[in-house]
Amino acid sequence: MALLTRVLLDVLKPHDPSVLDLARALSDVGGYRVRVRVLEMDKNTETLEIEIAADAIDFPAVVQVIADLGASLHSIDEVDVEGASSDAATD
Amino acid sequence: MIRLNALRQLRFLLRISHSHGIVRRYFVVNGFDGALTMLGIILGFWVSDPAPLRVVIAACVGAMVALTVSGISSAFISESAERQRDLAALETAMARDLDDSAHGRAARWVPWVVAIANGSAPLLLALLIIAPLWLAETGLPLPLSPLLLSVLVALALMFLLGVYLGRIAGVSVWRSGLRTLLVALVTAGLILLLGD
Repeated sequence: MALLTRVLLDVLKPHDPSVLDLARALSDVGGYRVRVRVLEMDKNTETLEIEIAADAIDFPAVVQVIADLGASLHSIDEVDVEGASSDAATD
Repeated sequence: MIRLNALRQLRFLLRISHSHGIVRRYFVVNGFDGALTMLGIILGFWVSDPAPLRVVIAACVGAMVALTVSGISSAFISESAERQRDLAALETAMARDLDDSAHGRAARWVPWVVAIANGSAPLLLALLIIAPLWLAETGLPLPLSPLLLSVLVALALMFLLGVYLGRIAGVSVWRSGLRTLLVALVTAGLILLLGD
C-alpha cells in the first residue's frame, strides 16, 4: 500500500488558535515534522501553507485536527507518496 | 477532537476565546459586590436595635443566595449571547459551520465557566463573612462580638481582593489593597452615618 510521506496544504484559519498551536496539534497526530508559513493575514483569518512530512501520514487525522481547530482545508497543493516494495506487491 | 485532559482543554478554550481576563474580572467584581453587601447588612443590624443572631444570619444568607443565583444567571445569559455573536461572526469570516470545532465548544462552555466564577465569588466571600455569626450561634465562645468579627472579616477580604488586583496589575499590592479597604471603610462610614 502506498504511503503518504509529504503533503503541502493550503489552509484558512481564524487568528486563534495560533499558528504555533496548529503546528503542535498537527505534529502531535503522529510525531510529524510540520512547517507552517503564513501567506496572508486578514482581519479575522490567516491563509497558511502547511507542509507535513513523515514516514507515513494519517491524512484523515490531519484533516480532523484542522477542522477541529476551526480551520478549513482549501486545497492539497503537493503530495509525496512512496509505494510498497515490489516483493510485497507480488506476494 | 484533539485529546487534551479536561483542565488543559478548558484552558485552551479560555485562551482561544480570550476569556481568561473576563473570568477574573467577573470573579473580582461580583466578589466585591458580595463582600460589600454583607458588610452593609451586618452594619445595618449593628446600628439598629439589637436583633437575634439567627435573624442576622437569615438576612445574610438570603442576600448571599440571591447574589449567587443572580451572579450565575446574569453572567451565563450575557456571556452566552456574546459568545454566540462572536461565533457567528467567525463563521461568516470562515464561511463554514464551527459548531463542532474548538470555537463551537468554547461558545458552549465558556459561558458556564464565567457564570460559575461570577456566582461562586459572592458565595465564597459571604460564607467567610457569615462564619463568625454561625460559630457564635452554635455556642462557640468568640474573643469579640460576632457582628464585629464579621465586619473585620469583610474588611480583611476587601483588602485581599485589592491585593489580588494589585498582583494582576503588577502594581503595589499594599496600595491596591488599601484602596479597596478604603472603599469598604467609606461604605461603612456612610452606613453608620445614615443609621445614626
